[in-house]
Amino acid sequence: MKVLIAVKRVVDYNVNVRPKTDGTGPDIANVKMSMNPFDEVAVEEAVRLQEAGKATEVVVVSMGVSACQDSIRTALAMGADRGILVETDSELQPLAVAKLLKAIVDKEKPQVVLVGKQAIDDDSNQTGQMLAAILGWGQGTFISKLEVGDGQVTVVREVDGGLETDTVKLPAVITVDLRLNEPRFVKLPNIMKAKKKPLEVVKPADLGVDIAPRLAYSNFREPPKRKAGIKVASVADLVDKLKNDAKVI
Amino acid sequence: MSVLVIAEHDNTDLKKATLNTVTAAGKIGGDIHVLVAGSNCGAAAQAAAKVPGVSKVLVADAPHYDHELAENMAPLVVGLASGYSHILTPATTMCKNFLPRVAALLDVAQISDIIAVESADTFVRPIYAGNIFVTVQSKDPVKVVTVRTTAFDAAATEGGSASVEAVAPTAEAGLSGYVSQELTKSERPELASAPIVVSGGRALGGYDKFHEVLEPLADKLRAAIGATRAAVDAGYAPNDYQIGQTGKVIAPKLYIGIGLSGAIQHLAGMKDSKVIVAINKDEEAPIFQVADYGLVADLFNAVPELTKAL
Repeated sequence: MKVLIAVKRVVDYNVNVRPKTDGTGPDIANVKMSMNPFDEVAVEEAVRLQEAGKATEVVVVSMGVSACQDSIRTALAMGADRGILVETDSELQPLAVAKLLKAIVDKEKPQVVLVGKQAIDDDSNQTGQMLAAILGWGQGTFISKLEVGDGQVTVVREVDGGLETDTVKLPAVITVDLRLNEPRFVKLPNIMKAKKKPLEVVKPADLGVDIAPRLAYSNFREPPKRKAGIKVASVADLVDKLKNDAKVI
Repeated sequence: MSVLVIAEHDNTDLKKATLNTVTAAGKIGGDIHVLVAGSNCGAAAQAAAKVPGVSKVLVADAPHYDHELAENMAPLVVGLASGYSHILTPATTMCKNFLPRVAALLDVAQISDIIAVESADTFVRPIYAGNIFVTVQSKDPVKVVTVRTTAFDAAATEGGSASVEAVAPTAEAGLSGYVSQELTKSERPELASAPIVVSGGRALGGYDKFHEVLEPLADKLRAAIGATRAAVDAGYAPNDYQIGQTGKVIAPKLYIGIGLSGAIQHLAGMKDSKVIVAINKDEEAPIFQVADYGLVADLFNAVPELTKAL
């Protein structure tokens, strides 16, 4: 079973992102970039499937500027076999990413595509579902458990009310939640090894996909700030404030 | 212009999230229709017909819509889409599962998690865990949108008299199957819409302590209980308690954060609460920067004392 994973290079989750003063975008010059944490979980799961003898090959895809190679190399160091970068300086929105991934899936013919449930920059939570739709495949989203069976997978999904177990026929697109696994730390020798693994670079035009954005983003701004609060000295003081000032209890 | 709202429901009643979404639809303008897809969902359809502002309710009643599997929901919605300028759902896990599928099949973008409607094609949504608000304009013929429910008031549940019309179910896709659900059972109000929320973090130290300390306080306040990702990851609470960027987004009138630091990802899920209280023994904890009332104290003394004082 061949597994394809898609990883996005995003601003590191520890960075408190602010808008540029002119409102034309987020101010992310010179901030630390990392692999989207959800995608890291997807990579870990794919590598575990390979270690368990269930995956025969793990191919990792990333899209965007040339520096996205870093995210691919991280995935290769974690254990993926080879990488594909769809290189472009243009803005990529989820529908375009799904179409580019479909073009790669058509060529690579994986049985499972594993992706993070959302990217922590645009918080869209769309790409996996869109990919499944245009492939005509089933999907298992927001999963915290994956069991590969014969011709199908069983997934446990994190839903608003608790957990839901579904079966999905293969081939399928799976989007992962953070509790599926704990991604491994990458060891130095593996980083060295990853540098020798194959990494193919293609352009969106090579894949015949129109990536023109459908949504126009403008006026990036800070959300309204909460006014500074006060420290109360005691529990009695707190109860008094909640009853008499805030009037919420 | 007309808006199709896809209802979140349990076959007998509408979930409150549907009512928030109807309000968002009203801000766009035009007719509002509600699709109720389910199995033996006639009662939920009748409930939708009573919501003021709704002019028509479409009912797709078939066994394979019972758990709203994305592979079955998407073709149904796509088949109905041609009559609508907008398709709206609440940003719940159920709708976030199938709506991008609808958008992709229609070859349009989806606009996720809107918090305001600026015009029929322009919306506001948070990005970067709510650290930035951005205006988004769509030129697609159909706007496919999920709605952050805390940003819109709930529509009324009585006073409307919409017509109810059955629509033909689409064929079962046969790509996926429902097996089971493990839902957290609780007598408490639903976390997503509770007026008061008591939320706990890693400092509670364990599953037993989390429940021993927070439950009496939640009982006194008739509050829902929430948790940080760290507390859920550590097994103190089930996944559906998680508040934050990747969990639930809440905006209760009173939020009490106990033994939690206030990571960016957690703040993303609760900083629109009307009044925020923080109890933490670390006075440097970032939660105090957004708290209206901060109490620097050991939670194991302060919380029982607070429970007693109420």
